[in-house]
Formats: sequence, structure tokens, C-alpha cells
Amino acid sequence: MLKGRLGGFIFQFLAFVLALGFVSVILISAGASPMEAYKNMLTGSVGSMRKFAEVLVSFVPLLLVTAGLLITFSAGLWNIGVEGQIVLGAIISVWVFRLFVDSTLPPALIITLAILGGMIGGALWASLAGALKTFGGVNEIFGGLGLNFVSTALTLYLIFGPWKREGVASMSGTAPFPDHFSLPQVPELRISLWALGIALVGIVIVYFILQGTYFGLKLKAVGKNFRAAYLLGIPTWRYSMYSFLICGALAGVAGAVQVAGVYHRLIPSISSGYGYLGLMVAMLINYQAIWAIPVALFFAALNIGSIQLPIVMKLDSSLAGVLQGVLVLFVLLMEGIRQKFLKKA
Amino acid sequence: MNVALKNIHKHFGKVHANKGINLTIPSGTIQGILGENGAGKSTLMKILSGFIQADSGSEIILDGKPVVIHSPADAIHHGVGMLHQDPLDFPPMRILDNFLIGRSSGGLFPNRKEVAQDFNRLAQEFDFSFDPDNYVDTLTVGERQQLEIIRLLWLGARILILDEPTTGISASQKIKLFATLKTLAEKGMTIIFVSHKLEDVESLCNQVAVLRAGELVGEMKPPLDTSTLVEMMFGKVVTLGERQPAKTGDTMLDLQNVSLEDARMKIKNINLNVHAGEVIGLAGMEGSGQGMFIRACAGLTRPVGGRVQLKGHDLTGKSYHVYKNAGVNFLPAARLEEGLVPGLSLTDHFVLAEQPRGIFIDRTAGEKLAEDRIKSFNIRGTPLTMVEALSGGNQQRAELALLQSPLSLVLLEHPTRGLDIESVIYIWGKLKERCRQGASIIFISSDLEEILQYSDRVLVFFSGKVSQPIDAANTSVEQLGQLIGGKGWPENGGGSHA
Repeated sequence: MLKGRLGGFIFQFLAFVLALGFVSVILISAGASPMEAYKNMLTGSVGSMRKFAEVLVSFVPLLLVTAGLLITFSAGLWNIGVEGQIVLGAIISVWVFRLFVDSTLPPALIITLAILGGMIGGALWASLAGALKTFGGVNEIFGGLGLNFVSTALTLYLIFGPWKREGVASMSGTAPFPDHFSLPQVPELRISLWALGIALVGIVIVYFILQGTYFGLKLKAVGKNFRAAYLLGIPTWRYSMYSFLICGALAGVAGAVQVAGVYHRLIPSISSGYGYLGLMVAMLINYQAIWAIPVALFFAALNIGSIQLPIVMKLDSSLAGVLQGVLVLFVLLMEGIRQKFLKKA
Repeated sequence: MNVALKNIHKHFGKVHANKGINLTIPSGTIQGILGENGAGKSTLMKILSGFIQADSGSEIILDGKPVVIHSPADAIHHGVGMLHQDPLDFPPMRILDNFLIGRSSGGLFPNRKEVAQDFNRLAQEFDFSFDPDNYVDTLTVGERQQLEIIRLLWLGARILILDEPTTGISASQKIKLFATLKTLAEKGMTIIFVSHKLEDVESLCNQVAVLRAGELVGEMKPPLDTSTLVEMMFGKVVTLGERQPAKTGDTMLDLQNVSLEDARMKIKNINLNVHAGEVIGLAGMEGSGQGMFIRACAGLTRPVGGRVQLKGHDLTGKSYHVYKNAGVNFLPAARLEEGLVPGLSLTDHFVLAEQPRGIFIDRTAGEKLAEDRIKSFNIRGTPLTMVEALSGGNQQRAELALLQSPLSLVLLEHPTRGLDIESVIYIWGKLKERCRQGASIIFISSDLEEILQYSDRVLVFFSGKVSQPIDAANTSVEQLGQLIGGKGWPENGGGSHA
């Protein structure tokens, strides 16, 4: 019963139930009704078309980041620096928009350039962490974390320095771009089908890289056994670098989409923690690309659904984060327990 | 302290590592434990020192009282201290901190002054010189051993187990170590000395036990007779059939004055000329330098001096992948650590080993390839079987199936370790086929019969020394066994010439 797909599914379901139970206990001890909270989260996320569109707005960057992280995880790398890679994607796309703010080129071209720019920005930022790892022996977790702080500082410098809005610079960010620099949105809703399309294309590409290409197979070999991959003749350090570049590119696109589709300017926390959330999604789906879409959608729904908790129930909206974190922990825990039983059997 | 081991059994899965060992060691004895790699020495010592537990029914009796030892901390509580081959200390910490770290009754704030007094007293007693405020990583291996000995004594050890203690220490440190051990034995300590160096055992021990394949095959008291010990260690010769001498061709690999170096040892001025179709066997106890040598032949270790030529092309200092492209393949002994990628299937492995070009994986071709290889190498598995699910013998055959074609030089570490006799014969059949196609083979094995059976010439390694190439047809298990144990080497033995 423990073995195979069914066993794995049962344990994951059990983990889900336990996570809900654990969060319920927290809610009860805080004097709130768990059922009411879950109901509010449900209606707050899929209760109306408007709300579901918000879920999709949150889903797009999360899916892109998760797709990128699947590549670095496959290569056995913990790309914590993905947050900074989102930020650099956003910064470069803002820079491109600023360059062309008075140009007569068609806006579609400028938006495309901005997104491409963001992609390159994210990839270059990731290559820094990659170079530190492969040439400097700096663990990618430390290198990435350090670069995340640098990227935040860089954002603040730009907002309060060279790119400050006319009058007084403020934490609300740089001056917004004109409307024609926005990705076309569905009327009445904030979601852009273009953004959604880009994200879906991203995960599909990653799925095929990992499933059907020699590149993906080599990447997996490097991730699962660096030493043996080297002995098999794979240039391991080069593959580590490639994986950083691809992940950074996808994170950079996520940042650029946040600029072109959501905020239309540079704001201080433009990455909104999607990098860290993407790490959790990737862990939760056990690095299987095929599960990225449903789980990222679920996490996005939790994010949006919890927004109205403070208003309706006087609960903090960070409940979504608690639930997401607890869920990941229980899934990992149950998997550990399953492995232990498997070993004994 | 009197030690009695009664009916010690230990299974690791299917492997029966200790088969009912009985051994009595009276107080004040220096007991030697001899045996080749995998004979069960380490298992037995780990059981006594609490690292692992023996199967039920086994008994450890200390001073007449049966004890159960749950952990190394428990062992020291009972007075059993173990000195590991690689000192288990904390190099970035100060000597004094290392010294006091194992004590469980030290309290939250150890009294460093008192501890320092104890430390200096013990160090003086054995004539060791340490500065307690210095850091451990400034010490030599020999000094770290000395530190570990006084630490174990301070913790109350009355039985001292030493695992290959003379590897990596200087001659003068060895003299000091032996003097210390003799003094301790005179005071009633029980010393257990695990080694493969016959000379050390002969000059130190007053009782020797030999293990082979998990069994205690013999005990001896001085005067110790070398050839009897060697025979007990390696067993009687069983022939594997007629030897087939190689028809050798041109020079394949040419090593000129190659010198190698790692943290533990130096090997100087190796000269060797390997011909096409020839098989060279490397004998020696694990860690005697043969591993470094074979990795240097693969381009994984860069020589510190000399030249390496393959078919007349200079490959000195080139990277592993250049060697690989020149037709050198290396199969490491640690199958799941270095040779194969756990989590990937057999098909994945064969596809990767073919150095594929293009973008998309051709699944049908891949599975066809896998089916062919699985058939011709007699692997029990399907193309989709994950390598970690294969048994050891099948993993070994899978590694062999990864060898490219054509090849110039095949380098193998323990190609048949842990395999049954049919598999051994099968694998060597495959390898000899490679030789007939013109490849040369260099392999490491701890099985002397295998070495004598399949190699044309043999190099013996001992503590970083390399013997002259020995013609396999004109030597014996006995002679090789003596060389492996460090006997019969020329006084200034070093480089080899062929």
C-alpha cells in the first residue's frame, strides 16, 4: 500500500488533512472559527469572476518562478536568489520603458523589448550567483541571499535617486508609465491574457526540456549525482550555469510582467515574495513540472482569498502564508515517514 | 581489562559480516587483528566500540560482566575507547577544547584550568608536546593521534582500539606510538591493534587473530610466522582455470617519472609502459596509493611531475574529458556514488554514455539500445529500471555496459567486488574481449587470485611505494601477500621501472 503512486497520493492527502487540522487548531486557539475562515478564503478567491481574475494575476509570476526553479532544482541547485532575479527583471524592464517613453515606436514593440530586457536582466543576475558558485565556490544559497539584499537596495536607490518621481520621491515607487505601455487587459478585469499566455508557455517549455531533451536529461544527471555525471562525460559546471541562466530568465520575465501588466512602475517590493513562494510550490510538487499549474493556482488562490480576512473576521491575511508553509512541512514530513516505512518493509 | 567476545554475529542485509567470532583478550595484552579489506575487522571493532550493534545472541563480556554497548559514548562509559584511522576530531577548534569535548560530566561551564592541568600532566607522562591553546588543524596526523590517545585515557578508557594507526604518520612518531602502547599495556590496559602491516603487528603484538570473510580463521602468539599469517589472511589458492597470456601490441600508455601527491602520501617517479591488449593488476591494501594511481591514469588526478602519454600523444595535465575523448574510460568502485546516477533509469544511462548530439531524446532508439545492452551484459532489469533498484552485481554489469566503443584504455576499480563466481567469469570474459580489440586494462582488486588470474603484470602498492611490474605468471599469492603487508621491499624502494 505504501509503494507506488497510490501510496504516495494517500500520504499527500493525509498531509493536506493534517495541515488543515493544524491550522484549524491555531484558529480555534485564536478564538476564530476555522470553517468560517476557510469559507471566506474560498469566496474571496473564486467567489466572483473579478476575484478569480485577481487569483490569475498572482498565479502568473508564481508559475513563471516555479518553472524556473524546476530547472535549478533539477540541476541540484537551491536558487534562493530567485527573488533578486525577479527584481532585476523588473528593473531592466522599467529601464527599457524609460528609454522609449517619448519614442514613436509601436507600443507592442516596446513592451516586447521591455519583457526581453527583463528576461536578460534576470538571467544576468542569476549568472552572478552561478559564477560565484562554480568559479568561487560560494554556496548558491548564500550567494543568492546576498544578491537578494543587493537587489532590494538597488531598487530603493533607483526609486529615491536617479528615477525618482517629480516632486518628492516616495515609497509608492517611480512615476507610472502611460497607459499604452500596459499589457492589454481583459475589460473590467486586471488580468492580461498575454501575461497568462507567457506563463503557460514558460511552464510548457520547462516541462518539455525536462521530459524530452538531452539537455534536460543531462541536467537531471548533474543534479542527482554531480560526480557520476562528470565521469559520464557531462561538462557539469557548464550545465550548472545553464540552469541558473534559464531560471533567471524566467524569473526576470516574471518581474517584467509585474511591471508591464500590474504595477506600471517600479515599486520597492516588486517581487512580492513570489520567489520564496515558488520555492515552496516546487518542493510541494516534488519537482514534477506537471503539477506546477494546479498547485501554483491553489497557492495564488490562498493568497488572494486571505486578503479579505482582516476586514471580515479581523484575522491577519498572513494566514495564507501560514497555511502554505504548514502544508509544505506536512507534505515533506509525510514523505519522510513514508520513506522510513518503505525502508523497513 | 579482560575482554571476551562470544559468538559475535552481524548481518548487513544479506551480507554476513561477522560469523560467530569468539575472542578472549586478557588484561595487559596487545592484541593484533589482521585481515584483508572486507574481512570483517572494522565491523568487529565497531561493535566493540558501540558504533553498531551485533545481532542478538552475540555477547560482549568485560571483566566477566556481560555488557550491552549502545553508542560510542556508552562504550567510553564502559572503558572502551576507539582511535579511528582518520582522527575524529575538530580541526578548527583549539586543542584543549577538543580534549574536553567528549566529557559528559563537565557541566555547563567546564573548568578549563583544571582540565588544562590534567592535559599537561598526561602529555608529559607520555612525552607528547602540545600547546593546548593551539588549533588542531596545525597538527600532523601523528600528533592528532597522540591527542586522541590522551583524550581517551582521560575519559577513562581501559581498552584502546587502534584502527590502522600507522598509516600516515612518520617513522619517529611510530616509534613513539609503539613505546606508548607498550607502556600502557604494562599498566594493565588492553590494546587492540587493527592493521594489515605484518611488520607492525610482528614487532608490537603479543597475540594475533586473523579474520577472513567474516570468520576468525586463526590465532597466533609470538614467535609469529609471516608465511602462516599470509596464508591465513588470503586463504588457499583456488584456480579459476587456465591463464591466457596476452598477445600484446604497441605501447598504449606510457608513464615517465610520474609523481603523485595527496594529503596523505606521495608516490615518486613511476615509470610504466602498458601495451595494447595488456592487463595490469594493481594490488595493495586499500589506501596504499593505487587509487590515486588509477585516477591519475584517468586524468582525474593531476601528476605533480613527469609525463603521461597515450598512443604517443602527450596528455600530461589535460582534463578528464580530454582523456575520455582520447578513449580512456574509468569505472569507479563506488557504484552508486560515482559510477551511476541514482534516480535515472538504465535507458537514461545508456543514452547519456553515448554522448548524444541533437536536442530531443529519441526514446525508441534509446530503449532499443538499452534492450540490446541489457541482453548482451546479462543485466537483471528492464530499460526503465532505476539503477538503485538493481542488485550490486547488476549495477556492476550496467557500469561495464556503459563503456564506450572503441576504447584505448579501460581503468577499473574493484570490477568484481562482491560478485559471485559466475558473474566474475562473465565480466572478465567481456573485458578480455576488449583486450582482443586492442584496449589495455588497468584494474585494482583486493582479490589476489583475481589479480594473478587475469593480469599480465602486477604492480604492488604499499604506503605510497610502488613495486617493479611483476610478471603474473612467475609470482604467487604468497609473494604478493608479503609485499602487500610491507615485507620483502628493497630498502630504498620507491620508483618502478618497466
